[in-house]
Amino acid sequence: MNHVVCIAYVPDTETKIKIGSDGKSIDEADVKWIVSPYDEFALEEAIKAKEAKGGTVTVVTYGPARADVGLRECLARGADEAIRIASEGIADVDSLGVAQMLAGAIKTLKYDVVWLGNKGVGTDAQVMVPMVAEFLDLPHVNLVTKIEWKAGAVTAWREIEGAKEVVECPLPAVIGAQKGLNEPRYASLKGIMAAKKKQIAVKKPAEVGVDAAAMSGDKSPVRWTKLELPPARQAVKLVPADDPAKAAEELLRLLRDEAKVL
Amino acid sequence: MGFPGVDFLGLDDMFSDDERAVRDLVRDFVDAEILPIIEDCAYEGRFPRELVPKMAALNLFGSTIAEYGLPGLNNVAYGLIMQELERGDSGLRSFVSVQSSLVMYPIYTYGSKEQKDTFIPALGKGEKIGCFGLTEPDFGSNPGGMRTVAKKDGDSWVLNGAKSWITNGSIADVAVVWAKEGGPDGPVRGFLVERGTPGFSSPEHRMKMSLRASVTSQLVFEDCRIPLSNVLPGVSGLKGPLSCLTQARYGISWGAIGSAMATYHCALDYAKSRKQFRDRPIASHQLVQEKLAFMITEITKAQLLSLRLGRQKDAGKLLPEHVSMAKRNNVWVARECARMAREILGANGIVGEYPVFRHMANIESVFTYEGTHDIHTLVLGQAVTGIPSYNPPQE
Repeated sequence: MNHVVCIAYVPDTETKIKIGSDGKSIDEADVKWIVSPYDEFALEEAIKAKEAKGGTVTVVTYGPARADVGLRECLARGADEAIRIASEGIADVDSLGVAQMLAGAIKTLKYDVVWLGNKGVGTDAQVMVPMVAEFLDLPHVNLVTKIEWKAGAVTAWREIEGAKEVVECPLPAVIGAQKGLNEPRYASLKGIMAAKKKQIAVKKPAEVGVDAAAMSGDKSPVRWTKLELPPARQAVKLVPADDPAKAAEELLRLLRDEAKVL
Repeated sequence: MGFPGVDFLGLDDMFSDDERAVRDLVRDFVDAEILPIIEDCAYEGRFPRELVPKMAALNLFGSTIAEYGLPGLNNVAYGLIMQELERGDSGLRSFVSVQSSLVMYPIYTYGSKEQKDTFIPALGKGEKIGCFGLTEPDFGSNPGGMRTVAKKDGDSWVLNGAKSWITNGSIADVAVVWAKEGGPDGPVRGFLVERGTPGFSSPEHRMKMSLRASVTSQLVFEDCRIPLSNVLPGVSGLKGPLSCLTQARYGISWGAIGSAMATYHCALDYAKSRKQFRDRPIASHQLVQEKLAFMITEITKAQLLSLRLGRQKDAGKLLPEHVSMAKRNNVWVARECARMAREILGANGIVGEYPVFRHMANIESVFTYEGTHDIHTLVLGQAVTGIPSYNPPQE
């Protein structure tokens, strides 16, 4: 079985986000970039399947050159090949555009399973799995927490409100990984050295059949117009507890009159 | 929050992509696997043995060896591993130093094919743990005076003597033991002694106040018989153990940077958030800034020194006195940083909620092990004057 894993290279979840001077983008200085954690679940499951049943794992992303570091990390963990559709020189593209780019690259490959995280931790749009599936004209199962392989099909477990749903789906298919699917491995030093010898194929959107100009910048159906940070938290108000009875009274007054939560 | 690194001068540019990838992998591992448990381990005096298979899966043991399925890293990448491990804990770094530089290195470099085939894969996978026995109760800085002897008797070597301050001693499956062949005047040879050999015991040093998350033991040999084939055939004389120590000390020079990074990072964070006098952070005080300025300057110098050393080692141009300079300097830097960090933290500098006191206690061991600070001073003195002061000619 051959696997394609789509990854997003996103700001570390612990990064303190600052808004750029244009007011609608992230200030990328000092941002530490990571492979989106949900994509790590997807990659781990693909590598496990490859180890058990053979085949290959190809990782694909759309992004600038810095994403090569993320692709190399995937190669060090056990992926065989990597493709980056280069975003250099292309204005902002929304989720629909990225899905077309990924699908364009995937169409050039031989595959049985296409994997994605159920969302990227950057923008949390949560639309990539169905969009990629649509562009590939494939069935998809999203938010998967357990997988079993059958001949030409897959059984997938999904967490739904108050229950587990078990679905069967013919292959090829697109699968969206959810937390709980597995515990992603660390790369190994041997893997890092082996990844050095692997090539990352960098392709222009046109090479995967996508007209970037028609979907980017002003042509993008969804555009960021403004970014705002949540309001700064108020300073903590400490109630002195020298006299517990008085302190309780004061606390009640603050909750009722100032915070207005009672 | 993951460790962001300490890089005042933008030295990251001087590492290759894979060197950075190696460092970041070990950095993440330390953040996720070591830091959450290490204070408790140190407090309880427990070596976290459960980490051995995990470290093996990352290929942290014997990482510079390119055979036997090992990764064959360069020496800068190896140094960065040591740096990150010691940012976690000197005891963990010591474990990996010993396994890699003091056990796998001599077996790989001086061992027979059979010895290599037997031990290198098992040590690399962490299935076997190794230790290195050179220091004796009465011979530390002067290992040439060792009393442990190995005498041939039929088809065996018979070992008698004692080694002390041996990292991993009580948990080791195999000990690389240096002893004089034939008697007190014989040449120093390396012997492989396996756990369970009659006449070999390894009592632990008790009441250690430093490197508490690491095992330190004596090795005792009482008519301990090992097969004749258990001698390392490729080396004779003190250069055998000393060459191993040069490897390990090279790694320690990087490790010490990690310790200093940890205490500096903690002190800086603390100074920026701790408020005294008119609600201003203590980082605004000139005396605190002086300490932080000293720390970052010394760390940066140490980084440059070790990086140069690593590039020279990879080019085959490294001399033992270069390693002495870096070990001596960088461990001193780590010791000073730990002390200043502890001062900046005030009372919080002595509790296990912060890593500072653990690092401060650990670095005391590192300051005098693998060549004391003073002996490395004398090595440098000899290197520049041509006159050895620590082994003066007889009157």
